[in-house]
Amino acid sequence: MTDLKYLFFLGCVIPYRLASFEVSSRKVLEKLGVELEEMPEANCCGLPLDSVDHESMLVLAARNLCFAEQKGLDVMTLCPGCAGTLRKVNKLVQEDKAVKEKINGYLKEVGLKLEGGKIRVRHLLQVLSEDIGYEKIKQAVINPLTDLKVAEHIGCHVLRPKKYIGFDDPENPVILKQLIEATGAQSLDYMYKTDCCGAPIIGVNDKLSLQIAGDKLKNIKKVNAQALITVCPFCQMMFDTNQKRIEQALEEKFGIPVLHYPQLLGLAMGLDPKDLAINELRVKATNLLNKN
Amino acid sequence: MSDGKLVSETKSKAVTMCDFDCSFKAELSKVAGVENLKFCYQCGTCTADCPIARVSKDFRPRTIMRMTQLGMKERIFEDNKIWLCAACFTCVDHCPQGVDIAGVMRALRNQAVKEGKIPKTFVDIKNNIHKSGLAYDIPDMRKRKRVENGLPELPIANSQEISKLLNLVAKSKEPKTENN
Repeated sequence: MTDLKYLFFLGCVIPYRLASFEVSSRKVLEKLGVELEEMPEANCCGLPLDSVDHESMLVLAARNLCFAEQKGLDVMTLCPGCAGTLRKVNKLVQEDKAVKEKINGYLKEVGLKLEGGKIRVRHLLQVLSEDIGYEKIKQAVINPLTDLKVAEHIGCHVLRPKKYIGFDDPENPVILKQLIEATGAQSLDYMYKTDCCGAPIIGVNDKLSLQIAGDKLKNIKKVNAQALITVCPFCQMMFDTNQKRIEQALEEKFGIPVLHYPQLLGLAMGLDPKDLAINELRVKATNLLNKN
Repeated sequence: MSDGKLVSETKSKAVTMCDFDCSFKAELSKVAGVENLKFCYQCGTCTADCPIARVSKDFRPRTIMRMTQLGMKERIFEDNKIWLCAACFTCVDHCPQGVDIAGVMRALRNQAVKEGKIPKTFVDIKNNIHKSGLAYDIPDMRKRKRVENGLPELPIANSQEISKLLNLVAKSKEPKTENN
């Protein structure tokens, strides 16, 4: 079908907490003819250490990019944080001589060297919308989810900052909407749709974090969405794993299942919900599955 | 005004020249991406569009920007407000002056860490990366479960190499000012 091949950068949080995202993505991509090569040498993308020490982030990201350059393959990640960080450093090293020299000074000590810009870093959403394309996805849909109305939460790092990402329009994103519509489902607009989920500050101030996510869930509930669709592990966990806590904090019941986009697409492609690890969701999607 | 208590409280909170560390802005502006900190003209777009500021009166990016320009170092670090930024980059995309506000927050956090103020979450993450290359300590049980569920085995990264790189970076910063 297609001969797309990527080096699969798994990141940290997905193997730690969110196998459902990995399982469903692998299943769907395999069906769409995408080949994933495992990355034997990989480390944290660096983003979590950016706050602690910027240079540590640069070096961690660079080390990953070195192995991708050696393989000569584009990298694909499911996590927008990893994608954004690796893409930013890839670009920085290519364009900024001083940064390149500094990073390579460290890498030299472990026998590595980074050129920068030799390979591309792709997030799942780019792979689906640009590399595979809507037409091919529509063709693969054999069980259109016509009666389903969902809300989407795209996540900040898929789109921002604009100058490093350059994908879709952060103010009015359309790509996830189009991908949802390719499954036959409808993507509803709601207030503050493009806002942060609150997850990044959950260890710092839980109360605020839950408030932010709860405000979003309130707006999603208002438009009667049957599910929320995400493409980021942190956003998904914020709305799914923490939904009980949010309900307690806001004293309001939501019960909104939060699906990874590949799970939604997989259902439309006629895959078994079990193979898409839908049973692993904290807020059960039983109603949704019975309907379709 | 007639309330003596209020006046004295205001007085104790009022900014004086002693609060300014004039070298702070210059020092911070050396950090890559933060050079244009001086371009901030206090329009407040960052605060208006900040998802954290919407729910917390303790976090005001514009105020932090101004305090940074003035070099009010102690006030900036006195509570943990700089750690409330979610790094969503909305302010960066919206700033009419093209200031990398999230970059300034990051530089401030880096500075706080240098002074020994680091939230525990980050200490844990750092230790985990040294140990396994990954930000989280993934239990063996979960690794086994992956394989049972038909996923490929989780690769084991060369953690010694990763740790060595991080130590080199840390070491390069030890003798202050010498290599900016």
